[in-house]
Amino acid sequence: MNTKILENEFEYSKPGSLEEVLETLATKQNVRIFAGGTDLIVKLKLGALPDMEHMLDINGVEELGKIETRADGLEIFAGAKLWSIESDRRVEENYPALREAIQAMASISVRNMATLGGNFCNASPVADAVGPVMCYGGKVRMQSKRGAREVNAVDFFLAPGVSVLEKGELLTSVYLPAPKAHTGHAFVKMGRVKSDIAKISITAVLEREGDRIASCRLAMGSVAARPLFLKAIGEGLAGKAMTEALAQETAQNISDFIKPIGDNRTTAEYRTDVAKVIARDALVSAWKNSGGTL
Amino acid sequence: MSMHPITLKVNGKPHTLLVKSNELLVNVLRDKLFLTGTKYGCGIAECGACTIMKDKRSIMSCLVPAVVADGWEITTSEGLSKGDKLSPVQEAFVDLAAIQCGFCTPGMVVTATALLHENPNPDEDFIRDYLRGNFCRCTGYVAMSKAVLAAAAKMKEEAQ
Ligand SMILES: Cc1cc2nc3c(=O)[nH]c(=O)nc-3n(C[C@H](O)[C@H](O)[C@H](O)COP(=O)(O)OP(=O)(O)OC[C@H]3O[C@@H](n4cnc5c(N)ncnc54)[C@H](O)[C@@H]3O)c2cc1C
Ligand code: FES
Ligand code: FES
Repeated sequence: MNTKILENEFEYSKPGSLEEVLETLATKQNVRIFAGGTDLIVKLKLGALPDMEHMLDINGVEELGKIETRADGLEIFAGAKLWSIESDRRVEENYPALREAIQAMASISVRNMATLGGNFCNASPVADAVGPVMCYGGKVRMQSKRGAREVNAVDFFLAPGVSVLEKGELLTSVYLPAPKAHTGHAFVKMGRVKSDIAKISITAVLEREGDRIASCRLAMGSVAARPLFLKAIGEGLAGKAMTEALAQETAQNISDFIKPIGDNRTTAEYRTDVAKVIARDALVSAWKNSGGTL
Repeated sequence: MSMHPITLKVNGKPHTLLVKSNELLVNVLRDKLFLTGTKYGCGIAECGACTIMKDKRSIMSCLVPAVVADGWEITTSEGLSKGDKLSPVQEAFVDLAAIQCGFCTPGMVVTATALLHENPNPDEDFIRDYLRGNFCRCTGYVAMSKAVLAAAAKMKEEAQ
């Protein structure tokens, strides 16, 4: 039930340093990170997290709010709000699929609160910002008292609500490598109204070499138990000349490959059928955005 | 469990309060500070009735635990007017009848105010997209979009 207050009281802390955050994560029981709270508080309200004893607010750690240029890419830290990512010039220029996916999320007021790290850690199969990060070859950086590690974004998700994040671990940043020249992108999301959670979504990022696809990465939301990276289908396009027929054939392969379920947002049939249409559209737009003609 | 002391600056006025960890900002504003302009609708950031402003940006107070807001400076719909003088956005909502029952109006004018901070020259597409998280069951949205355009024009005029 959606309650007017949160059901249970809990401890709350808002440390000023990363060290203290990791210390709290290591020593307290049943801790939950509060980044933007747009998933966490809804879950608490619905009674989905009855065992939370401590809410750990990471917004007091200044360095976690940053978006930093690196020699070979861009590092988006866990506390950076979605609106600051979508309005960042570097994101607009180099990672437009991420910008479009974020702008397709919720409403501006939610994006003023929510974070990219939260979209990852919530680990929903519908998470919109995840596909673009996968398709740009992004990495997820994590840290705990035991040390730091990094995994490819495509290996981060295990099951609905479950990621590789271990107890005591904080997602510190999402890292995006610099895209190569002639990169084209597309993000397509189908929802009931614009502020809705996706019924289905797809991201395509490809590199063009003349009239051929040099490489292509594809990811989909809301068609599997986790955000789905279409590794083999994307890799199978490498070296092929781009044509309308190739776009349609690939779209059919994708539609045949996915095994979506029906839920309260739409049916499995809708997802299978619409996958064909949005996959074709995404490939064609990504190709055109890379400077290719058809 | 214990009460947490927090300080909040609301519409320029500082407050010190004791809150429980599970209290939400929207309820503190309404029930402890009696600022009932901020409405409680869906409670899960889907309707926009509880919208307030922080750092000139709109946020939903129904998803903010009051403890999280410790030290914040916020503006609610009550803080938009100067005494009896309505803000350009409020005035335009009145003049263009962008109000029927009024339940969505405080959230709507707060979001529209944030919109004009971000973009003083919005077009209709920008406005519709910006207001997409504010639901109104009465008006049909057209009047609101016109009101924001009118407020933008008025603010430009006043700035000259
Ligand atoms: C009205 C509404 C509409 C929405 N629409 C969309 C949509 O269209 N598309 C979409 O993808 N999502 C949508 N969402 C979901 C949500 O806004 C996003 O998933 C958002 O990115 C979550 O970020 P957050 O910072 O608010 O996460 P939080 O709620 O703060 O955290 C989410 C979860 O991750 C954990 N966590 C957060 N940060 C970290 C970290 N750094 N390290 C370890 N654990 C962490 C938290 O403990 C929690 O369990 C919507 C939500 C609402 C309320
Ligand atoms: S009550 Fe907060 S958005 Fe509906
Ligand atoms: S005027 Fe009634 S809900 Fe908007």
